[in-house]
Order: sequence, then structure tokens, then C-alpha cells
Amino acid sequence: MAKQVKIKIDGKEIQAEEGRNLVEVAKENGIFIPSLCYYEHIDPPLGTCRVCTCELNGKPVPACMQKVKQGMDVKVNTPVLNDTRKAIVEMMFAEGNHFCPACEKSGDCDLQHMGYEMGVSVSRFPHIFKDRLVDFNPKRMVIEHNRCVKCRRCIEEVLTSDGQQVFSFFNRGNETIVAIDYEQEARLSQEQALHAMQICPTGAILVRGASFGRPFGGRRFDLRSQNPESKKPAPAPQPQKGGKKGKPKKKVIATISLAGCFGCHMSMLDIDLGFMDLIDLVEFNKSPINDIKEFTQKCDIGLVEGGCCNSENIEVLREFRKKCKVLVAVGECAIWGGLPAMRNLVPLEECLEEAYLNSMTTEPGEHIVPYHEDLPKILDKVYPINEIVEIDYFIPGCPPNAEHIWKAVKNLLWGEQYSILYSEFKYD
Amino acid sequence: MQANLQAHQRAHPDLLDCLWSYQNRHGYIRDEDVAQCAAQRGISEVELEGVISFYHFFHRKPAGRFTIYLNNSIVSEFNGFQRVKEAFERETGTAFGGVDPSGQFGLFETACIGLSDQEPAALINFHPFTNLTTLKVKHIIAELKKGVPVEEICDEVADNIRYTPGEGRTLFLRDYFPGSAVAKLRGLTPEQVIDEMNRSKLSGRGGAFFPTGLKWGLCRQQESSPKYVVCNADEGEPGTFKDRVLMNTMPGLVLEGMIIAGYAIGASVGILYLRAEYTWMKGKLEKAIEQFYRMNLLGLNAAGIEGFNFDIRLQLGAGAYVVGEETAMLNSLEGKRGESRVKQYFPVERGYLNQPTVVNNVETLCAAARIMELGADFFLKLGLPESPGTKLISVSGDCHLPGIYEIEWGMKLEELLELCQAQSPYFIQVSGPSGECASMAEKDRVLSNDGLRCGGALMVFSHHRDILQILINFADFFKEESCGVCTPCRAGNFIIRRKLEKVRLGLARQSDYDEIRQWGRIMEMSSRCGLGKTATNSLVKALSAFPEYFAEKIQGEEDRLNKEFNMERAIAEYEKFRS
Repeated sequence: MAKQVKIKIDGKEIQAEEGRNLVEVAKENGIFIPSLCYYEHIDPPLGTCRVCTCELNGKPVPACMQKVKQGMDVKVNTPVLNDTRKAIVEMMFAEGNHFCPACEKSGDCDLQHMGYEMGVSVSRFPHIFKDRLVDFNPKRMVIEHNRCVKCRRCIEEVLTSDGQQVFSFFNRGNETIVAIDYEQEARLSQEQALHAMQICPTGAILVRGASFGRPFGGRRFDLRSQNPESKKPAPAPQPQKGGKKGKPKKKVIATISLAGCFGCHMSMLDIDLGFMDLIDLVEFNKSPINDIKEFTQKCDIGLVEGGCCNSENIEVLREFRKKCKVLVAVGECAIWGGLPAMRNLVPLEECLEEAYLNSMTTEPGEHIVPYHEDLPKILDKVYPINEIVEIDYFIPGCPPNAEHIWKAVKNLLWGEQYSILYSEFKYD
Repeated sequence: MQANLQAHQRAHPDLLDCLWSYQNRHGYIRDEDVAQCAAQRGISEVELEGVISFYHFFHRKPAGRFTIYLNNSIVSEFNGFQRVKEAFERETGTAFGGVDPSGQFGLFETACIGLSDQEPAALINFHPFTNLTTLKVKHIIAELKKGVPVEEICDEVADNIRYTPGEGRTLFLRDYFPGSAVAKLRGLTPEQVIDEMNRSKLSGRGGAFFPTGLKWGLCRQQESSPKYVVCNADEGEPGTFKDRVLMNTMPGLVLEGMIIAGYAIGASVGILYLRAEYTWMKGKLEKAIEQFYRMNLLGLNAAGIEGFNFDIRLQLGAGAYVVGEETAMLNSLEGKRGESRVKQYFPVERGYLNQPTVVNNVETLCAAARIMELGADFFLKLGLPESPGTKLISVSGDCHLPGIYEIEWGMKLEELLELCQAQSPYFIQVSGPSGECASMAEKDRVLSNDGLRCGGALMVFSHHRDILQILINFADFFKEESCGVCTPCRAGNFIIRRKLEKVRLGLARQSDYDEIRQWGRIMEMSSRCGLGKTATNSLVKALSAFPEYFAEKIQGEEDRLNKEFNMERAIAEYEKFRS
């Protein structure tokens, strides 16, 4: 039997076998170290994603690279480390094009899972929206480069039976992609291909006929956090200035749907009986709920659904910023563009030509893309609303869970304490 | 164990040479070359393509009979890069990034080529051309069109040695007699050599300042054999050219350092990894190696020591800044992508081909050779007690005397600025983009191992230079040179570059500066190697060292609108449909 050693994680004394992986040892002792590229049996570990960054004897290191040694003093949960790890996950969301509601892997995606565990509601980094290839050339697979986080698992793990590499990094810097060898890929068995799809932490590797028709995962990350310590998986937002106790003056709410589908408004209605309470406490100003078209007063809170795809959206949003004390982005589209932002990967000209000139439903002989001075002008891309004005709070989801919206609004209006359950915090 | 390795984990030490031979034969690497090379080695083509695409001097498309690389570092930018670039485009009839229709000229930009004291400079088929002007470019292209061979019209690279400490206090740039350092090995045990290094307190001159004796001692202790000595001659840090001068003036000295290191750790092979930008020095170094074999300083019973067999070979790089990081260099030597390794083992434990390896920089090895020649006591007399010795500094930028300065540790920054006759110095970049910047408020800081640490480059910028232009040039450099393996460096450098664009457009706010600081800290904490860890050093430091400059660049926060969004620009594309 291997030697037993004593180490400390977040002040907790732990006995473990010397030489074992720190992430594993921590997990067995009830301490969750978030990790993404880490994959138990790849040795040496990949060390590419850096999501497991911890402190070892005061120095920041990736936990996945550490083997347990006598006297190790590890810090996992400090404000700085938590924020650093969260930032790295946010970086991945900003770098790729992760349209969770339209992804086969949603619910089983390690990246999404990390977002949930750390309560990432918006990326602090601007989305890059780089056009990336969806490669249909391989025989068995489809490679969705939009979703690849360059973890390297497939490069190390997916080999042909005679040991040939099927995947490899290609280029460098921000241009780095994981390239696939069509010839070698064709030599993989169906089983090997399915294995590749399974080990991909996101939905970047798909096997034809094995993803959409039959969902290939059990949505294992949807309901429960893997962090045993976590009673409040999604950290509560900083409470805004709270109101006084006693009979409150009616608060004023405005809502709007910009480049969205009104799904978030539908979700607001889903608070069901809560709405009856709400009506006693608030009054709606400009909102599709009561069909008031213009602001008539300054509002306490503005709920904005959808991103900005045209000049009118911009004007309305700027007006909201002026008229609302607190502005909340509701749903994925408002937060970072969401599904409408899929068009950000294609030049506007191509999009409009496809929609108005070349599509299946175009009238024969049609040759006009609508343009009139009374029509809003279409922007070059769909903008997240925080790229246009400052936003105070973000509620993720497509649509966000009704409970989440309701709790957040109550908190923002009256400073009520609350916590969002892990299961209420979703991107799809 | 070796036999069980998967094909993709095997090393291919001859791969870079093989790719170079294809590249040199056809001017690029053809599809059939890739197929042949992959088949010979039993690896998949995608793995090979991965290696090729990592190095920017390898081309998969024709790159012209004359491939021209113009340096775009900041010193070049301030010395007329744009005009020279336009001149090349005009004379060759093609734009940068492409090849002219006749296939004669290929124009490419490249990061620092180690000629910062004579910018703008370019490499044409890897021959150096320095101090370029519009007129000179016109002449060069005309000659090439006439069929004059490149080697006949290229420039002799000046060494520009500007300063050495007084009589008897110079370590590097003194007379050199080949063989005089290794001659001192006779009669010494390897342990005694290591003791001498330890006693001298020599620390790594590449910028990390790791004690050399300690490194050698750790490697000596390893039981595994064979062991290797790798000389890092890949000084890619923009603004650095000291190793160039060392190798150009006394190529034998670095070889002696390698022999001494080899003897000390018990190695039998030394590899000198020369950056491709210095291809023009390759012949000189090879000649020196040959001479050493003739003098019996290399080969069987090297340096006249019974039973000590030591060979040196030269490995040419292929263009990648990150390969200057020692573990990335080991990967590159093994014919892999030059990505830094995960820090599971030190190179002294498992380095080249998983064997114990000492990786030392050219200057470190030269210093080791001089210490053997002149004794540790001589070395300890120089510089400061805790930081003994001299340091080579490559000075460039806005000064009258750019070039090499051998200074004793302990010199004040101000003294060095005076020596090089800096012109109203304002923004001083110490140790290149990955180092730190300093304002004149820090002119009294002392250059030393534990003071203002200088890895070898000092770039001086005067009052009329725009700080942001400097920082943006650095950000572009890191964005380009990140190996792309870890998230914070790959995405972080790109995102930081975007943020700087916002500052440049005058649309930033105080909160943007706060974010730059925060994001820089995140990259520093979590990046895999030094590249990402240090990429934002200068930027973050500049924010606090030049507060007035940055204060002028920002907007107030009153209306809570994000000024970066520009409606006119956003609807410009749609306006095309106005009939």
C-alpha cells in the first residue's frame, strides 16, 4: 500500500495516499474543485483549460497537475480564486459560440455545468463572435468548431487502432483549432467514434445519427450541483439598495422585448399566483403586458428581453436606461445575443440575401431587400444589451426560470434575501 | 516502455530539419511532401500539419522565390516600418501576406528578428538587410530582379558594442582564445565544476534568474542517462539581441559553455537551438563546431579529458517566440508543436526525450565558460555582493547609441540611459514586452538580480512617442505568439487587444482600466507558461506609472451608456440596400 500523507485543503486536514491526484482526493473529502479538461486516466493531465486553478503553498497552480505530497497546503475557495476560475469559464463562453438552447449536448455539457456551478450569468468579456466552421466532411462525425474549448481530450484519447492521431491542434494563438484527419477518422469504428463524442466536454464532436434523433445524454448536470458544500449553488447577486419595512409605496416596472421571442415575457407570466401578489405591490408602466407604449414616469426597474438587432432596439434601450433606475437583462438574448446572434457569424449582406432573395419561400422574381426610411435599420450584428448601455443585473436562461425572475425582482425592489436553486439556474 | 508508446507520443528529433529541407527545396511544403513525411514516420497527416502550422516560417503555399520577412516590432514601427513596408509593396507589386503573380516575391511581416539596433530590418531568404529606407528597398528589389544573388547584396550585421566596464572588470566582451575555458576542466571533477558555479552565484541570464550551479547539480544527481545540454539560442523577446552579438563575435565561447555544462552534469550530447531568424549565423557556428572537433575539444575524450565524450549539434528553429520557453523548446527539439509542457517534471528530471536535460541560455553558458576561465573569484569581484557579475543589455529605441552594453550589476537606470545618450527618455521598457515598463520616476532604480531585473533588453522611448501605440504593438505580439493551448493566454490576449482598441478610440472609462488590471491578474494567475503570465505586465504597470496619460484618454460615466457602440458603423452594411 502506498504511503499515507497529511495535507490541508481550505484548512481541513486530510489524509490521503501519496501521489494521488489532488482533484480526486479533494472530491473524496467533500471539497469540489471545478475542472473541465481533466479526465481521470489521461496521464500526465492535460492542463489546458486552467479552470481548476487553486493555490498551493501560496502559489496559483492548476489542481489537476498536483500529486498529493506530505504537507501540501491547498486553498480552493477564496474570493480571488473563485473569481479567477469563474473568469476562465466566462472566457470560454466569450471565445466560442455556445448557443445552449440549440445544442445537442445541453444538460450534459461540462462547460455549461461549470457555468452553473460558478453562477456565471453573464461573461465579463465581450463575445468574440468569430465565424467557425461546422465540418461535415468526416465520415462518421460532425465537428462543431463553434463549441470546441480546445481541451485536448480528443487529441490524446482518440486514436486509431494502430495508434494514429485523429485530432491535432492546428495553427496557434487565437487561431488555434482542433483539426481532424478525415482519412484516420474514416478508420475509426463506430464505437471509437461514439467514445470521442462522449469524452468531448462540449458538443463539438457529434456522431451522425447518434445525437439528434435520440438524445445521447441523461442531462446529468441539470438538477444537482456536484459541489457538496454548496447549499446555494448560484451565488446571490449583490443586494441592491433595499427598501424600508412597512407598507411600501407601489414600485413601477417597465418591460420590453427587443430582439427576442417574447419567451421571457411568457416566463414572467409563469410566476402564476405570484402575479396577484405582484399587482398589489407594483404598477406597470411601459410594457407589452399592459400595452402602454410610452414612458409616463421614471421607473424603479426595467426588465429587458432580447438583444439589439436594429436601430429601433438601440433607441428603445437607451430610453430604458434613462428612465429606469435599475436595468435587468432577462434571458440569453439580452445577455449576449442568444439565438438571434447566430447571424453574427455570417455577414449581414449574406443573411438578408438568403432571407429575402434566395430562400425557398421567396416569390419568384423577387429582388428587393426591404429598405424604407420608416423601417428600423438592421445592425451589422446582434448586440448584447450591455454593449449598448450599462446593465445592473443579469438573469440567464432561455427562457429564465419564472422563480428566478420573481426572486430577483423581489430582491431588487425590496432587498429581500433570496437564493437561486441550482435547478433554477439554466442557460436553456 | 519506449516500444509501447503510441505513434503520436513518439519524438521525431529530425522532423524540423526534414521540414526545412522540403521548404528550402520548393519554397514551401507541398501536399506530397506532407504525405511522404507522415508516411515515413508512421504518423497521421493531421499531426504533421499541426506541427507545420505552429511555426510561422513554414509555408504550405508558395512563398516566393525571394521570401521577405519585414520586422514589425515597435522599434521598427517607430523607425519607419510603414514607409519601408509600402516601398516593398510598390517595388514588388504585391501586398504583405502574399506572393506576386510571377511567384518571385513573397512579403510577410514577422516579430522581432534580433536587429533592434539597426531597424527597420528585414530578412530576405534569411539573409539580413538592416537600416532600411525607401531608397534602399528600391535598390534591393531592382538588384534581385536583375538576378544578383541575395547573399551578395545583404548587409554585414554590425555588432554595435558600445560599452564594457573598465579595465579588468569585463567578463564577456574581452579577448577570447578558443579552448582556454575548457582547458581549466582538466584535473577538476564534475562536482568541483558545479561547486565553482555555486560559489560564483551565477544565475540564469535568460530572464528567469535560476541559480545555474543548482540547476546543474540537480541534473547531475539524476540517475537516468543519457543526459543532454540544450543551449537556448532562441532570443525572441523583442528588443533583445545580446546573444546574437555573443555568437557573432565569439561563437566558440558558447560552445565551451556547453562542454563545461556537459562535463558537469555527465552529458554526452549538446544541442544548440538556434532561432531561424539567425540562420545567417548558422554557417559561422557550424564552422566553430568543426574547428572544435579539429582541436579535439569535442568528440571522443573531449577537451583532453579521458572518458568524456561530448558532441554538439545545431538545431534550427522555425519561427515561434514561445519556443524560447524551455519546455516548449524541448517539444520543438522533439519535432513537436512548440507548446510549453505541463509542469509535472523539471527538465533536469525529464527533459529532452524524457531524459535529464539542462537548458541554459547563450549568455549563461558564456558566463559559465568565463567563470571557468577566469575563476569564480574574478566573477564575484564584479557587480554587487548579492548579485555579482556583469550583464549584457541590448539597448534600442530613441537613443543615439543603440547596441550592446556590458554593465556591472548595480548600475542605475539613469546611468545606462546617459551612456546610450537617450533622447528625452519617457517610457522605458525593461526586458522586452514581457518585462516591465518604467517611467523616469524610477531612474534611480538599480539594475540587478534583485532590483530592476533586466533579462537583456532595454527599449527607450522618448516624449513624443505614444504609449498606447507601444502597448498595442506588444498586445499584437502576444496575441500572435500565444501557443493557443491554455484558455487564459489564448483568449485573454485577444480580449485584451480588443480592450486596447476601445482605449485607442477614446471610448474607455475608468471601469475599463479596472478591468484591464483585473484581467491581467487572471492571466497571470492561471496561464500555463510565462508567455501568458507576463503578457499584461507592462500594460498593467503602465496604468499606474503613467496615470496622467491614461486619465486623459477616458470618458466620464454620467449617462451610463456604452460609448463603444457606434450606430453609424453598425448600420453601414445595411445602408447598402438603400436603392
